[in-house]
Amino acid sequence: MAQETKNTEKKAEGTGPSTKLLIGEFLNYKRIWLLSFVLTAAFAIIPVIFFAVLDYNLTRQALENDAEARAARLASNTWRSISFFLDERKNALSYVVRSNSLAQLEDTQQLTKTLNFLHQSFGGFTDIGIIDATGVQSAYAGPHGLAGKNYKDQQWFKDTMDHGISVSDVFLGFRNVPHISIALRHTAPDNSYFIIRATIEHQLPKIISEVKTSGNGDAFLINARGVLQTPSHHFGNVLEKANIALPPATDQTRTMSMTLEDGEDLIAAFRHIPDTPFILVVLKSKQVIMSPWQDSQATVIKYLGISISVVLLWIGAVTAYFVRRLKYLDLKRSKYFHMAEYENKMASIGRLAAGVAHEINNPLAIINEKAGLIKDLAHFKQELKNEPRLLETVDIILASVKRCSRITRQLLSFGRQTQTTPVPLTLKSVLDEVLVFLVKEAQLKNIFVDIDVPDTLPHVVGNRGKLQQVLLNIVNNAFAAMPRDGRLSISAQETDESTGKPFVRLDISDSGCGISPENLKHIFEPFFSTKTNQGGTGLGLSITYGLVQEIGGRIKVKSKVNEGTTFIVYLPTTTQKEE
Amino acid sequence: MQILLVDDEKELVSTLAERLGYRGIDAHWAVTPNDAIAMLSNQSYDIAVLDVQMPEMNGFELKEKMEAICPELKFIFMTGHGSEECYYEGCSQTGEAFYLVKPVEIDSLIEKLNQVMLDGGIC
Repeated sequence: MAQETKNTEKKAEGTGPSTKLLIGEFLNYKRIWLLSFVLTAAFAIIPVIFFAVLDYNLTRQALENDAEARAARLASNTWRSISFFLDERKNALSYVVRSNSLAQLEDTQQLTKTLNFLHQSFGGFTDIGIIDATGVQSAYAGPHGLAGKNYKDQQWFKDTMDHGISVSDVFLGFRNVPHISIALRHTAPDNSYFIIRATIEHQLPKIISEVKTSGNGDAFLINARGVLQTPSHHFGNVLEKANIALPPATDQTRTMSMTLEDGEDLIAAFRHIPDTPFILVVLKSKQVIMSPWQDSQATVIKYLGISISVVLLWIGAVTAYFVRRLKYLDLKRSKYFHMAEYENKMASIGRLAAGVAHEINNPLAIINEKAGLIKDLAHFKQELKNEPRLLETVDIILASVKRCSRITRQLLSFGRQTQTTPVPLTLKSVLDEVLVFLVKEAQLKNIFVDIDVPDTLPHVVGNRGKLQQVLLNIVNNAFAAMPRDGRLSISAQETDESTGKPFVRLDISDSGCGISPENLKHIFEPFFSTKTNQGGTGLGLSITYGLVQEIGGRIKVKSKVNEGTTFIVYLPTTTQKEE
Repeated sequence: MQILLVDDEKELVSTLAERLGYRGIDAHWAVTPNDAIAMLSNQSYDIAVLDVQMPEMNGFELKEKMEAICPELKFIFMTGHGSEECYYEGCSQTGEAFYLVKPVEIDSLIEKLNQVMLDGGIC
């Protein structure tokens, strides 16, 4: 069974732009929902994410600053220890040169004594030499016998002459043990000057190892050329070349981030140790420093995720509710719009039909009278009586006029729709008015129409135009469901079966294709159609439903696929209003 | 029985008058309301058969005027009955029995004429 009447199909064509606009609006609800969801969600979530990112960066910045400060502090402390160690040796040498005359110092025996004294007091002193202003080592105490050697061209000699003090790079000395040497320029009371130079076992690694940091931390000395002066955890052993970018030498502790070849991120603190070639480097692993921050970030991200999910769910539900509401209201508005349009259209058709009928009735009346006159003449004048075909022809004309006038009368009563108050109606006459439009189609499709509406039926109360539309829609639907050779049964009876009040029950059954149970559930819903591709709007039966409600009746439908469909309409009747 | 037929369709009234003549009813006709009123002063009629829709005035207005001149006159209306208002107005004034829808069958017209003569019409 079709869910559309022909009228609504034609209507869909006729009202093209507005219908299309409405259908277009309906198709966009998903997009409206998506748009409002995305916009609302964006406004709700962007600040949350913004503050989360801000917090993330601030916390990281703070921790990084803290880590740098810690590295710098460690570097400063280590630097003090190293400086103290070196100053101690320098001061010892200073004491030696101040407390002895040059002559005493140049006495090898005396110098050896001093060396032993220093070794016992401070430890690590390996040899000691006196170099005069020309660079010649005038006295030497130690294992190598270097007396008389000229150091005039050596860098350390020049540095000592220029700066008054010089500390050498680490070198492998006696027994292949790393050593450093300290040279001190001394100005004698007679303004002549000489240099005292001592070689000391390299004890700095021990000092540094005491401050070595936990975990992946590293601390070592390096010279300006990148040669390691103490062993490094990351860069190798003493005197090996380290591939490390050094900042320019300053008196301040400097920190910077660096990445090792294996990808590990480090924070490095650099401190140049004054009057020496040494640069102290303290390394701390970023990962170890940042691990508490990363733990807290995981928690923050977890809670951020949960709160965003909750917000999204909430916004999704709320926007879905409002869009559903909007859709519902649109559907309702559209339904009323279509109903009003439909009623307007039916009223227009009615006026047109009445006007046409009226205009035809006048000439029809003239034909009627003229034909009647011919008949009269034939009747009253003898000479025309001999023409039997004349009377026969006139009778056919009169019969045709009668046929025409029957049609115009039906058109006129179809047009009588402006009445708005319910009036008693004879169901059979309304049915006849409707069927006259469909007789031709029934003949063409070879549909047998069986009408069983007793004359004794009480009047139904309603609006003629509305009842006509209801019947027209249902019968049209029935015809659409039967392509050829069908049977349309219309029966009516008085009943009070469901409400106790007297009703007229009208059954309109077709032998058409039927409606599937799932479609049957939606059949009276507006915009439900199985013929949308054929231009149906899905409004025909929803309008029918609305009209039956307006009249004060009810409509039901029963259907079996491939057997047919029965529409049952209960129409109110009132004995009080009967004539 | 003297009948006055008023309709703007000359062919209709003239033919109708002729046919009524064949049936022994003396019918005169007019195509405008003014002609009809003029004819009323020349001669007295028993029944006036009026078309409802006419160009100058409608049948009900004409009836008022004719009644003013000749209170004894009785009326039957004929109409193409184009509008519902017209139909209901006609019925309320005449009673459905004296309200005929075109095309009118001559026999039912004569029947109505006789009925009006017997019952005294609506006045």
